[in-house]
Amino acid sequence: MAKITVDGKVFEVDPNNNLLQELLSHKQDLPYFCWHPSMGSVGSCRQCAVIEYANDDDQRGRQVMACMTSPREGARYSMDKAHQFRAQAIESIMTSHPHDCPVCEEGGECHLQDMTVMSGHTYRRYDGKKSTHNNQNLGPFIGHEMNRCITCYRCVRYYKDYAGGTDFSVQASHNHTYFGRFQDGSLESEFSGNLAEVCPTGVFTDKVFSKVYSRKWDLQSSPSVCAACGVGCNINPGERYGTLRRVVNRFNDEVNGYFLCDKGRFGTGYVNSAQRISVNMSRSAHDARPSEITPVDAKAKLLAMKGNAIGIGSPRASLEANYALRALVGKDNFYAGVSDVEFGLLNQVIDIYQNRPVHIASIKDIEKCDAILVLGEDVTNTAARIALALRQSVKNIGKEMAARIKLPMWQDAAIRTLAMDKKSPLYILSSHATRLDDIARQVHIGSAADSARIAFAVAHVLDSSAPAVTGLSDAEMALVNSIATDLKAAKHPLVVSGTSSLEPALLNAAANIATALGNGDQRGNLALCVPEANSLGLMLLMDGSQNSLGKAMQSGARQAIVLENDLYRRAPSATVDSFLSGLQQLAVLDHLQHRTGEAANLVLASGTFAETTGTFVNYEGRAQHFYATFKPVAAIQSSAKWLCDSEFGNEPRIHILTGGAAAILPNGYKLQKLTPGADWTFAGQRAPRQHHRYSGRTVMRAHLNVHEPKQEQDEDGLMNYSMEGVPATKDATIFNSPWAPGWNSNQSLFKFQKSAGGELKQGSHGERLFDENTGAKAWYAAVVQQAAISGFAQFPIYHLFGSEELTAQSEAIQAKATGAYVALNPADVARLGLGASDGVQVQHNGAVPYLARASITPGTVGISVGLHGLNYQNMTTAGVSLNKAANWQNPKDWRASNIIVSDAGSSSAYGRGTQG
Amino acid sequence: MINFLCKQLYIIWSQLVTLWLVFTHIFKKADTVEYPDQMPYMFPRWRGRIILSRDPDGEERCVACNLCAVACPVDCIALQKTEDENGRWYPEFFRINFSRCIMCGFCEEACPTHAIQLTPDFEMAEYVRQDMVWEKEDMLISGTGKYHDYNFYKIAGKAIGGKGKGEARNELPPIDRRSLLP
Amino acid sequence: MFEFVVGSPLNIVLILGAVLVAAALLIWVERRVLGFLNERLGPNRVGPWGIAQSLADVGKLITKEDWVPPFADKLPFIVAPIIVPVVMLLSFAVIPIAPGVGIMDLNIGLLWVLAMAGLGSYSAMLGGLASNNKFSLLGGLRAAGQMISYEVFMGISILGIVILSDSFNLREIVEAQHKHGWFVFPQFIGFIVFVIAGLAETKRWPFDLAEGESEIISGFNTEYSGMKFGLFFVGEYIGMLLLSALIPVLFFGGWYAPFGLELPNAIISGIFWMCAKTGCWIFFFILVRAALVRPRYDQLMNYGWLVMLPLSLLNLLVTGAVVLAQGN
Ligand code: SF4
Ligand code: SF4
Ligand code: SF4
Ligand code: SF4
Ligand code: FES
Repeated sequence: MAKITVDGKVFEVDPNNNLLQELLSHKQDLPYFCWHPSMGSVGSCRQCAVIEYANDDDQRGRQVMACMTSPREGARYSMDKAHQFRAQAIESIMTSHPHDCPVCEEGGECHLQDMTVMSGHTYRRYDGKKSTHNNQNLGPFIGHEMNRCITCYRCVRYYKDYAGGTDFSVQASHNHTYFGRFQDGSLESEFSGNLAEVCPTGVFTDKVFSKVYSRKWDLQSSPSVCAACGVGCNINPGERYGTLRRVVNRFNDEVNGYFLCDKGRFGTGYVNSAQRISVNMSRSAHDARPSEITPVDAKAKLLAMKGNAIGIGSPRASLEANYALRALVGKDNFYAGVSDVEFGLLNQVIDIYQNRPVHIASIKDIEKCDAILVLGEDVTNTAARIALALRQSVKNIGKEMAARIKLPMWQDAAIRTLAMDKKSPLYILSSHATRLDDIARQVHIGSAADSARIAFAVAHVLDSSAPAVTGLSDAEMALVNSIATDLKAAKHPLVVSGTSSLEPALLNAAANIATALGNGDQRGNLALCVPEANSLGLMLLMDGSQNSLGKAMQSGARQAIVLENDLYRRAPSATVDSFLSGLQQLAVLDHLQHRTGEAANLVLASGTFAETTGTFVNYEGRAQHFYATFKPVAAIQSSAKWLCDSEFGNEPRIHILTGGAAAILPNGYKLQKLTPGADWTFAGQRAPRQHHRYSGRTVMRAHLNVHEPKQEQDEDGLMNYSMEGVPATKDATIFNSPWAPGWNSNQSLFKFQKSAGGELKQGSHGERLFDENTGAKAWYAAVVQQAAISGFAQFPIYHLFGSEELTAQSEAIQAKATGAYVALNPADVARLGLGASDGVQVQHNGAVPYLARASITPGTVGISVGLHGLNYQNMTTAGVSLNKAANWQNPKDWRASNIIVSDAGSSSAYGRGTQG
Repeated sequence: MINFLCKQLYIIWSQLVTLWLVFTHIFKKADTVEYPDQMPYMFPRWRGRIILSRDPDGEERCVACNLCAVACPVDCIALQKTEDENGRWYPEFFRINFSRCIMCGFCEEACPTHAIQLTPDFEMAEYVRQDMVWEKEDMLISGTGKYHDYNFYKIAGKAIGGKGKGEARNELPPIDRRSLLP
Repeated sequence: MFEFVVGSPLNIVLILGAVLVAAALLIWVERRVLGFLNERLGPNRVGPWGIAQSLADVGKLITKEDWVPPFADKLPFIVAPIIVPVVMLLSFAVIPIAPGVGIMDLNIGLLWVLAMAGLGSYSAMLGGLASNNKFSLLGGLRAAGQMISYEVFMGISILGIVILSDSFNLREIVEAQHKHGWFVFPQFIGFIVFVIAGLAETKRWPFDLAEGESEIISGFNTEYSGMKFGLFFVGEYIGMLLLSALIPVLFFGGWYAPFGLELPNAIISGIFWMCAKTGCWIFFFILVRAALVRPRYDQLMNYGWLVMLPLSLLNLLVTGAVVLAQGN
């Protein structure tokens, strides 16, 4: 800690940080553009100028950029004295800025607007001609309006340097600088959406949001959690006029930090989808016509099934909804709504987390790791945010080098130059090339079983007490040794794996390596990706019960309640068909129409994450609370509320259900720390969901009835559906979105952080339910089951855009997604005699298009999961036979150009290779 | 004591003078205009019924920026932005609840395009309150209103149909980013 | 020709009727005169010159919902507005209008008026308290404080007259003035105090603190609507009428014409002069309303107790001393 004096005020600062960051940590208003807490400083915008004085006698001082200055102990600085310079700097930045604010999506949350006002440049004196730029079409997610650029370089530093994108750059020179792609086309990075938040101006904006644009102050929002995968990123959804308009990042230093993936950001369109179930329907028999019923009748009919029905839970429904179902049908009749393979895998994940001495790595931990092994998980497509974190981990070598020559960590450009293309070691064992290959030291393509054997061997090399593996080739042994050496040498080694490869041995092997990496008090980092937002929550609620979906289907039950689930995605179609036809009464609670719902006698409209309150448990066992963003139409209710009978008082407040679930979960008591308590108020006030500038309150519903209705009430407490309540600047225990006087953009966040870029002062970053296991090392046997294969050995292929059930129903995601397909080695393509526009007949499934990928081992086939047109659950582990499809025509939703693969030299007719 | 008395006397005197002055007003002519028998002259900048105007090219001026809505102290303006195929922003709907409007004119102050204007029409009473909710179709006039020349899109950098990049006022043609010439 | 006898039924009916009509008319008169004083026209639409404005007002008030707030204290809430007009009318009983014209010739007429005025303060107090609303409560509180305080000086200020005329009977006071000249001259201080205290008693401007619409909405009658409010309203105007009639009776020679301008018929002359003098005072009160601003509550109380009370006591002392000296 050093003491400095700024304009006569004395501050304690950390000399390892730059002066700008430290002044912001002390909540000082110093303008800046190019610095970003996650990306460090480059000193390009000249906005953060301050005067530094050499000593006490120095009256003139010299001008320095705060973001490029290490605070010196005892030094004297002035922000005020550099005020005029800053005003001039921004004036010159603004000479060519267009007269666009009213038609700019950034307006009202524009960092440039804020900084212009703050710097004191209030009147335009330049009346010369403005330079202009042509825009590019950057695909369905991101809009481009290049005229508004202030050349702060944040975008390119984010897209290329931080997120590892390759199709974006800065071009031309001097006041012609241009930020974009070489030519028009969709941005390839899976994290392109963050450009809209990183760019301090309206150059890059959320195109999906722009179609239904509302100003930030008009969006009703609440703290929420992304429901699109198992990572559990924190988000701020925004609603206006009853529809969900956009999602922006909500800072959580331990999970997503400042960034989201594009699926989470752009994948919530399904909330407003025309496919939404918005009325409750019932019918007497399977083939009768359904008729609309009132919510009261619907609930009565649902509760009448109590005692006779089994319940099938859902990994994408909240803990509370699953708990309510469990309470309604009883523990013995409660089944996990995941495929049987996944059921086993998830139980295994829990077993590893609970019983192995490993450290479960959060994303914050991952970013610190300096040697990584990715085991059979296509992280970019199954847990994208982790992939972005891994891209940071491999940069740790640069930081290490910088530390050696005493370079401060915020010296972004210097560290990049220093590291050149050196990267911390990252190994990938996968059945196909993945989007992380470009940062990998070595990629090994092989089946999941092969990968497992190699991984077991690595564990054995690291710790000889771990079970050994025999029969590895020399090349494989070389790989094993190099992985083991790098992991061993690392300060923070990490193993990433997950359930998506559907291979239990892989999880065991990952656990063995992480265990082997343990050393005294230090335990190896392990991150096991899980498929859905609440996969672990659901499995923890099973509480050791072995009620898998397969058991449910054999239980002979005549009545079933299916919670937020399409069983056709969980089990072979034929099995589901026979189960459903054996039922007398089937109730389905869900948001969107699907095949299971079509077979139901009773369909209840249930609220999505944006309309309900609840808790998700993410891949690391972190429970996080999300608050409803808006109230849906009356017929739609949260599943949790639908399922509560009089035992809970019919419509209990949500914390009662959370409490019920807490009694079952390990460390369940921690759930109550997620919120400040159900009856929390600050000075008698709850937290508002609406901004204090929210407009149109007295007219938005006036076309329906000029007499204004009572404000909607939130029975669950804590937040109001109005502007009334404690302002976030007073108490930020719960707040909808960051805003501070003078800081209308998301950059105001630092006012709510303990230190700029650090954790939030108030507010929860979730509670981890698994205790760190400190027991002795234990090993899983190095057994890899291998079924006899006839035909092609198949492995699953996931797509960030399309594999997830709900987001796939969003228009924006559909524009980047494709229909089902299989991926083959070009040699196999030739062997099967497939022409460029032929289709492939897949055993147990229909015909689908194919994609040739050089990275795929001949004799194996990648089968898309979750994409429309193929049920992966129909596949068997015994291999699949493929044939050329007769009379084939590619389906309309087959959009190969949307599939971005990184196979070097891929010769596919469709796939586009990008340089790794 | 003397001072106090003088002060009291002065106060009484001043009250009497006030009474007298006010009394003299009884002989002055009343300022009242006997509306509706007599129609008063309304100044052009009178703040009465709100209209939406068009730009000199006859296009809707409002760009759906929402500034009027946020400026409105009684929150009686609601609108939704949409855009045409060429990227021109305009309101999909624009609604004012005149039964809430207090004719403060803040919306006109806030409007960056001179689209929303208050007019001298003050005869806004309705028998049914619902009739005081006006939509864009009811408010959009065919002229430019009080401000004749302003055309926002001719100045803004955003391209719209009929105006490409670099064609706005005071703009250079778009830069060729592949050229290295200064 | 009728025989005019004080207290005859005809007398009663005519006088009460006239008072009520006058009070109603006053509402319109006040608004018009205020209009002229403000260089406006005032209500001029209903009937010729707007004369039927009060009728329209009454029509409106009567047809309004007769509403009692659910949180109010029912009985006192309903009783309160009835009290004012009743006590004001009762006070009118002792006002001598002309020889033989009057309702009651009471020996303790003056005390009767003071007693009734004292009762009147219950109205505002009860109304404010029963409304169960903080603004009403404040208004009621102010009304009580103001009315009770000013009643004291009002009483003391007219004791000089009692000494001079040797009677509490209002008719005898008028007669005494006929003999000795208007009391306004010997009792100038008493007169000033009486007028000011009277304004405060009737809660008229500038002493309308109990209503003080710019501070406490409408004070004690905030929760009142319809005819209940109408009763307060009418009561206030009867009060103003009463005060305007009392001042000539006490200080300006009552029904006797000034400067020997008697009309031929004593009764007609009496009624005419009484009305004329009353009218002048009504006009004066309207002028005061148009011209003077409302003091703060603490100023009002200070003024009352620190200026008015000593003044009225002084007046009483001097009067008594002079009468004693003369009598001896
Ligand atoms: S980037 Fe900011 S300052 Fe520039 S036009 Fe957009 S809102 Fe205005
Ligand atoms: S496009 Fe945005 S982030 Fe990139 S340099 Fe310009 S202003 Fe900065
Ligand atoms: S005049 Fe004032 S109250 Fe009326 S719409 Fe405009 S801003 Fe709102
Ligand atoms: S301020 Fe003007 S341009 Fe903006 S929405 Fe309102 S009327 Fe339209
Ligand atoms: S923030 Fe310091 S120069 Fe840009």
